[in-house]
Amino acid sequence: MITKRIIPCLDVRDGKVVKGVNFEKLKEVASPVELAKFYSDSGADELVFYDITASAEGRKLFTDVLKEAARSVFIPLTVGGGIRETSDFERVLACGADKVSVNSGAIANPDLISEAAKKYGDQCVVISADIKRVKGRFHVFAKGGREDTGMEAVSWIQRCVGEGAGEVVVNSMDTDGVKNGFDLELLKAVCEAVDVPVIASGGAGKAEDFIKLFRELPKVDAGLAASVFHFGEIAIPDLKRKLRDSGVNVRL
Amino acid sequence: MIAIVDYGVGNLFSLCSSLKKIGADAVVTSEKNTIENADKIILPGVGAFADAAEKLRLSGLDEVVKAQAKAGKYMMGICLGMQMLFEKSYEYGCYEGLGLLKGNVVAMKGVIDEKLKIPHIGWNALHFTKPHFLFKYIKEGDHAYFVHSYYATDCEDSVIATAEYGKHVTAAVAKDNVLGCQFHPEKSGDVGLAILRAFCEVKG
Repeated sequence: MITKRIIPCLDVRDGKVVKGVNFEKLKEVASPVELAKFYSDSGADELVFYDITASAEGRKLFTDVLKEAARSVFIPLTVGGGIRETSDFERVLACGADKVSVNSGAIANPDLISEAAKKYGDQCVVISADIKRVKGRFHVFAKGGREDTGMEAVSWIQRCVGEGAGEVVVNSMDTDGVKNGFDLELLKAVCEAVDVPVIASGGAGKAEDFIKLFRELPKVDAGLAASVFHFGEIAIPDLKRKLRDSGVNVRL
Repeated sequence: MIAIVDYGVGNLFSLCSSLKKIGADAVVTSEKNTIENADKIILPGVGAFADAAEKLRLSGLDEVVKAQAKAGKYMMGICLGMQMLFEKSYEYGCYEGLGLLKGNVVAMKGVIDEKLKIPHIGWNALHFTKPHFLFKYIKEGDHAYFVHSYYATDCEDSVIATAEYGKHVTAAVAKDNVLGCQFHPEKSGDVGLAILRAFCEVKG
């Protein structure tokens, strides 16, 4: 059977990996290419490269970094950040990306998803949503979490999947950087609403958070995290062994 | 030299990188002569069947690939490239494939357990149904990376590996010199590189 995926996320700015705590106070960590190699060797199932500043500042992704990473690691790469039109898909796919995640670009132009899905296939299009509770409702945020769109998150994700998104990254801004576990309430709501793979993001602080995620929400396909991997707080081989020992099917 | 057939569908970068990594001499080409002079051929593919089949036909390379296959040259289709080796695909209609392998490509939807998600995305274990040289450096149960919503069926005579996803999904096929992987060897880490190495090493 298919395994649960562990996905380190590399937020890239100016060719360096950064990790925001609640999206602010950015810290430099390491070379994305070195980190990508390290993770691939450690048993990461996939890597996500996000150009975190692209949405706000209109900056194009550093495709050099992506190319260099794709030359040295042979696991799936998802790229996000600054994806506004189908030509942006073309650009990153040509540099070795396998999947492209859209966030603000889809909010500004929802047709982007259906156009890209038609051209590159559903499996290539990932909808990534930054979600935060606002007065008891889940709201979708745009521009790297800086702008409340006012849209209800679960129905937004459903709409994107209906347009052809083949995978969903659910990033909870409420739990992101807090390291106290994934946002199970939000993830449960999304899992019940869509039937494409769901990737949980935001809140991982220890291996037990991943175990709890996959045990309580068997419909979640993957867990994504950044700083806990970058700073060595969770070692991927160790995490995977713990998951296996807890009855979670992983690739070892 | 290995000719990677370029007919306008993406993701050749990773394939080239993975072949380079294992020391294979590969070129991306849409030239008839280069394909004819190559020792082996890789037919890649991502996206929708109809679009890819149309592009291959418009490029005229469908006939080149078919002729080379019939002449006995080793070739490997990857993902959609594997699906194109079959007779027909029922992805959004009914489209002709290259017909090099017996079988058809159909939707997983409605066939597998409805609780399972589609696309079938992720790492799944390979189960060998026949011994094959492609597997010489890997073992039963090793994981490969899959991304697809359609799968090859009615292909009993060519299937050499399956993956369990609600049913035995065709994972790899081989009939004489015509080989194919539903999964992406270029995205399957060391296991994928080992499969590519076995393909590159075979004497044809």
